[in-house]
Amino acid sequence: MANMSLLKNPMPVQEPLVRNGNFKEVALGYTEDQAIDEANRCLGCKNRPCVGGCPVAVDIPDFIAKVKEGDFESAYQIISKSSALPAVCGRVCPQETQCESRCVRGIKGEPVAIGRLERFVADWHMAHAEGAPEMPEQNGHKAAVIGAGPSGLTCAGDLARMGYKVTVFEALHLAGGVLVYGIPEFRLPKAIVQKEIENLKALGVEINTNIVIGKTITVDELFAKGYEAIFIGSGAGLPRFMNIPGENLKGVYSANEYLTRTNLMKAYLPDSDTPIMSAKNVAVVGGGNVAMDAARCAKRLGAENVYIVYRRGKEEMPARNEEIEHAEEEEIIFKTLNNPVEILGDEHKCVKGIKCVEMELGEPDESGRRRPVVKDGSEFVLDVDCVIMSIGTSPNPLIRNTTEGLDTQKWGGIIADENGQTSREGVFAGGDAVTGAATVILAMGAGKTAAKAMDEYIRSKNA
Amino acid sequence: MYKIVMKKILNPTVTMMKIDAADIAAKAEPGQFIILRVDEKGERIPLTVADFDREAGTVTIIFQIVGAATQKLNQKKEGEYICDFVGPLGVASHTEGLKKVAVVSGGVGCAIAYPIAKKLHLQGCEVHSVVGFRNKDLVILEDEFKGVSDKLKMMTDDGSYGEKGLVTNALKELIDSGEKYDEVIAIGPLIMMKFVCALTKEYGIKTVVSMNPIMIDGTGMCGGCRLTVGGQTKFACVDGPDFDGHQVDFDEAMERSNMYKDFERKRHEEICNLLNKEVN
Repeated sequence: MANMSLLKNPMPVQEPLVRNGNFKEVALGYTEDQAIDEANRCLGCKNRPCVGGCPVAVDIPDFIAKVKEGDFESAYQIISKSSALPAVCGRVCPQETQCESRCVRGIKGEPVAIGRLERFVADWHMAHAEGAPEMPEQNGHKAAVIGAGPSGLTCAGDLARMGYKVTVFEALHLAGGVLVYGIPEFRLPKAIVQKEIENLKALGVEINTNIVIGKTITVDELFAKGYEAIFIGSGAGLPRFMNIPGENLKGVYSANEYLTRTNLMKAYLPDSDTPIMSAKNVAVVGGGNVAMDAARCAKRLGAENVYIVYRRGKEEMPARNEEIEHAEEEEIIFKTLNNPVEILGDEHKCVKGIKCVEMELGEPDESGRRRPVVKDGSEFVLDVDCVIMSIGTSPNPLIRNTTEGLDTQKWGGIIADENGQTSREGVFAGGDAVTGAATVILAMGAGKTAAKAMDEYIRSKNA
Repeated sequence: MYKIVMKKILNPTVTMMKIDAADIAAKAEPGQFIILRVDEKGERIPLTVADFDREAGTVTIIFQIVGAATQKLNQKKEGEYICDFVGPLGVASHTEGLKKVAVVSGGVGCAIAYPIAKKLHLQGCEVHSVVGFRNKDLVILEDEFKGVSDKLKMMTDDGSYGEKGLVTNALKELIDSGEKYDEVIAIGPLIMMKFVCALTKEYGIKTVVSMNPIMIDGTGMCGGCRLTVGGQTKFACVDGPDFDGHQVDFDEAMERSNMYKDFERKRHEEICNLLNKEVN
């Protein structure tokens, strides 16, 4: 029976003022009854607008139809045909601007909670499925994937399903890329990432950690080792700073460093050898998802006041609405239309404040967002002992510097066409290494597209 | 897992290990570094490559026991394993075209300077080594330096071995005696490198230093290793670790290097208690 409620089934969550003191997952997930009730809001439209909004084109109405029947395993099988990491996507995709933004139910009321249903189905499968996926029949060809993040893992999974022997090379000691070093435990439990990776291994994907391509082995050496096609998904690179005075004071972190210490190195656990500053007052500069993650980590690490300092207004923030709402509920203080001009230090070169100016919105700029302009005489100092810069990254130079014939953009991103093909034959690329900092699902989409192109390339070469 | 194929105590606070890591040994060059993690809960720490054997597939590291991670590493015995070992990272030291070089190093920095001195020696460069330690008990690699240096000055702060004085005293003497160097390479504690650079700046001799800041990934991701060089922010992991010493902001680097001193101290004590040892 169709459920004509205008509102989504709300996601059960940990209480804001409890959860901002722990690293356990914030969203608790639907129960079976809630999932079926929500699935019944789906009208099963014939023209399937939602599917067009998904970068990996999950057959959304089909899986939801199975949820309605209570056949959760079949629902999972439908999702996993298109998505290599369903439990991850159900948690971190910006559904409100993708599948859910196209949902007919959203015209009057809220769209179907597609993301929450995807998460439910993936979690149900993990809790109930017996045995690992079967290894597909091998086609005798080898492909290499550089970087075990969202784009690389997706590419590897798709190639493995086509029968390729895939080896993934990861620079860090753990596979997962941003899913393990960047996105915090409370938003994406690492056990879930680990499970998704185990599934890929069961498909025959081999993951070699502690290998830095461009240093330990080069792209050319990979070809010499018999890999017929190579996918570069090396991710975002060096953190950007604002080039304002005081950025090298003690207590100034890039979001990458702060999150890596916290998430990958588990600095929040008492037995971790990796230190992290325990700050009282923290300013996070930036308005993206990464800034929200850093701010919420700082709160959980014991900061009393955590500020998001962003030069435009809240409406212009690139972060997902849900992340902004969660941060607000957790008492993160938003200082929008504020721009830092200097970080102030004490006699020990430790951060003691951040000097900001107030901004107002002027005419729209080339990005279509209204350009912030400084308000005269609006300078003020925020007393903080830690500043986290979360204003983006520029691509890592290691691969482009060691791979001849690989063309890159002026800003360093690898140039790839719509199929992920780079200027080097047999070399494909996708994810943040190509686009600059973007989302997990866009990277996954790029990995998926590239896998298809790599398959075609290898076939045509062997034809 | 990476096997410790050899372990040797060089002095009470400095240990040498050879690690089985053929991929890295095949590529490593003097001046580059590796990142290691002793166990699952360990910190990622950078250590400069002290030597490598491409045939045996081993990489030599020499480390001073300063914090929790190096303390844990030192607990490991020959034949045991460490969990992660990745590299070679950073840009190799430039040695091309150098005909006469003074290699100035102090303390455990000698371990980093030695492979560079060796490479210079093998390419026919005249090498004058100035090596400094606090006292006689801490002297390491003397024979190794002897083997690759045309001149060797051993210095100790207290005069218990070699000449009494700082490495800068010996370097100044060499320069004043008329030695003309294409370049000075200085590797050691930040304060030592700072003063070597101050000296060579006076004489207008190009000086290269090897920086060893706090790092996590070592591949150009976290930005923790940033330094100010010539007024610009540089990342030691991908832009370095070698830099023009006359451009480096040493005071800032010194401040940044002690960011976690309190944490390290506490963790050190915890581990000592765990091992029922006295804190040294």
